[in-house]
Amino acid sequence: MTEMISILSSLMATPSVPTSEVLHTVNMSWAGFIVWMPLVSLVLCGICAACKVKSKAPAIITVICLGTSFLLTLMLWNGYTQPETILLFDWLQIHWDGGSFVANFALYVDSLTLLWMLFVTGLGTLIAVYASEYMEHDVGKGYTRFFAGVSVFLFAMTCLVMGDNLLMLYLGWEGVGFASYWLIGYFYQKPSAVAAAKKAFIVNRIGDVGLALAIYLIWSTFGTVQYDEITTVLNSKTYDASFGGWTVHAIPYLLMLAAFGKSAQLPLYVWLPDAMEGPTPVSALIHAATMVTAGVYLIIRTYPLFMLDDYALPTVAWVGGLTALLAATIGMAQYDIKRIMAYSTISQLGYMFLGLGVVTSYGAAYHVFTHAFFKAVLFLTCGAIMHGFAGQLDLRRLSGLRKMKGWKIVSYTMLVGCLCLAGFPFTSGYFSKDAILAEAFVTQGPGFEVLGWLAIFTAGLTAYYTFRVWFRVCAGPVYFEPGDELHGEDPSSFHPHAPRFAINFVLVVIALGALLAALPYFVPNETENIHGGWIAEMVHDSPARAGVPGVIVDGGQAEAHGTINYEIGHGDILGMDPHKAMYYISAIVGFIGIGFALFFHLYCRSAADKLRGKLLASRATRWLPTAMEHKWYVDEIYIATIRSPLWILGKLFSLFDRYFIDVALVNGIAGLPRAFARWFSPLHNGAIQSYAISMLGGAFLITLLMLFMPEIVEFLQSLSEQTASTEQVLATMGGGK
Amino acid sequence: MMTTFAPSALSGYLIVSGILLTIGLIGFFVRRNLIVMFLCTELMFQSAAIAFVAVGRYYFDYSGQVMVIFILTVAAAEAALALALVVLLHRQNNTLDAETIVELKE
Repeated sequence: MTEMISILSSLMATPSVPTSEVLHTVNMSWAGFIVWMPLVSLVLCGICAACKVKSKAPAIITVICLGTSFLLTLMLWNGYTQPETILLFDWLQIHWDGGSFVANFALYVDSLTLLWMLFVTGLGTLIAVYASEYMEHDVGKGYTRFFAGVSVFLFAMTCLVMGDNLLMLYLGWEGVGFASYWLIGYFYQKPSAVAAAKKAFIVNRIGDVGLALAIYLIWSTFGTVQYDEITTVLNSKTYDASFGGWTVHAIPYLLMLAAFGKSAQLPLYVWLPDAMEGPTPVSALIHAATMVTAGVYLIIRTYPLFMLDDYALPTVAWVGGLTALLAATIGMAQYDIKRIMAYSTISQLGYMFLGLGVVTSYGAAYHVFTHAFFKAVLFLTCGAIMHGFAGQLDLRRLSGLRKMKGWKIVSYTMLVGCLCLAGFPFTSGYFSKDAILAEAFVTQGPGFEVLGWLAIFTAGLTAYYTFRVWFRVCAGPVYFEPGDELHGEDPSSFHPHAPRFAINFVLVVIALGALLAALPYFVPNETENIHGGWIAEMVHDSPARAGVPGVIVDGGQAEAHGTINYEIGHGDILGMDPHKAMYYISAIVGFIGIGFALFFHLYCRSAADKLRGKLLASRATRWLPTAMEHKWYVDEIYIATIRSPLWILGKLFSLFDRYFIDVALVNGIAGLPRAFARWFSPLHNGAIQSYAISMLGGAFLITLLMLFMPEIVEFLQSLSEQTASTEQVLATMGGGK
Repeated sequence: MMTTFAPSALSGYLIVSGILLTIGLIGFFVRRNLIVMFLCTELMFQSAAIAFVAVGRYYFDYSGQVMVIFILTVAAAEAALALALVVLLHRQNNTLDAETIVELKE
């Protein structure tokens, strides 16, 4: 403890960290409108709500505002040369002797920020367009509330991504959590939606505690919460064991907790599948494309801090890899297509964390980028199906969509999403996933090779469950059953409502985006030595440049950290260069997965049921399908080990409160005078004669006392004498005046 | 001119006073009719008045008589009030039984 304090004080005493070269005072405050436009949209939506607008005005407002944000981001990206800090206004500035706490409302614009902002605002705008049609049954009811929620989300997300310090990130972090709660609970009359919103909020809170503590420790260790200053401090220190004391070892794990909560990783992933209770555009925007990548962003932003602890990045890798596998196995056995996509999101986020763990921030960022597109399109097609078939999401009750009139665009954009997700050769997902998978074999770390094989196996599972959905829903004979949200329609004469222009347009644009997301890989690199295309350039300017292929991390870092060998090109896979081998391996694995799906879910659908029946019939294998269909009983385990004990504890406290505090203490003390008074209350019976008797008795007693205890009489006499003498004294005093 | 009172004479007055007081008390406790109870209190007043006059005469102190004048005044005023109350009570409860008027209970 004393050690920590001495380190603290020594850090505080260091003359203010020289503000690094990135701190330019360029007048670019127009960039602030990227943040303000969603807020403007929120205010306008609020006015719409106050005026009880019964049209699609809120959607138009939101689309225009978010579109402006996107255009400004494009402009900022176009004019980007080097990292810059854009001060919007002074927010928190506290100075005292030997220390300070500065957190300005400022934007830190480096290429990483821009990478994130491009897809956040771009997809935000497109999904708002989609939602304008998707939510139309709620026009005049929840329509305004929905778009206000989307605006809040975009505002918080831009704060999170663009903030130049951890406190602004925290503001955005909490803001997106709140927006997520708001929008998951959009159908607030549905108990399951309310429960899901609460679950998401509470599980996220566990991670947020980690973030709050991490920010405090970062400030106490580095004396600042601004990214550029943290980097400066880090660069000015040598990485010997004593640097920072225990705090630098605690910081990465706390940040990890925060990232795992927000990005739905083990053990905090349970909220994301339930979050599908929200409207589908929300699932696509918040719970697939943008908000859940905040954890990845946090780790990339604070990547140098993760290098300070030997086991921090391997932990990230293992958690990511295991989450990817677990979520994929659950996704295989679900029947609700939106839920399958939710598990797929968790699984793909697991890949991103695996990428971060095996020191390829490039691969992680690339996968975030491609995943944002293809997962958005998958969710949006699921939404279109749900919208058209009255809430039907069961893949056993839908079939042959691509042969139906008006569903071609949905089917084929979904195919694009599925191909990318399955890592079909030359799609965007193929390149981004390979970047991560290969790196697991390149980087030498604890068990990274095992992890690599696990991830390849998971890639096969991914291909299988993705195409299970597509072959079941979009291929095969035409067949459908409407869901239960019929709004008064007769189920026997039900006709699916094919999506109209807005939905189809957005689907096509995002599907094109998903396909084109492969192109950045082929953009030639301008920076020396690095390769990996445009994304590598974008990550190269950020604190996470250690994870960009071709960048050699300086010796000092690698020396001090024995568990991960950062030097590139050591590993091999089956005696080949991992990057080259992975193209073939992942393609083969993908084809095997798709092949299984083709057989079980298109050509011989009964075989899948037969296989399931056989597994269930045998005593030895019964556990497998049962456990997978019940999501490995993770929710039940949490209920048994965490929720129930807490509930019992809460009940005990409540009983203690009710029976000890309330009854014994509060009411007990208040009851004492009452109990005391009860002894005397019979005297007050209201009968005149009983009062008269007690009066007589009293007089009799006094008489007796005066007769037999003359002292009383004397005492009374002395009293009256005293009174008389005081009266005399008073009289003389009065006279003296 | 001043003739003193023999102590035996004084005791006669006081005995009469005591008898009146006892009658009043017993009447007050035993009877249930409010008017009779009220009359009993008047009786006790008068017993006190007799005692005052007698003792005042015995000591040649006129304050005893003064006190009696006060007592008579107060008794007159109190009689007016008490009778008015009795009438009102009778109107309200249709009875003058003291046992039934127990609204002050607890």
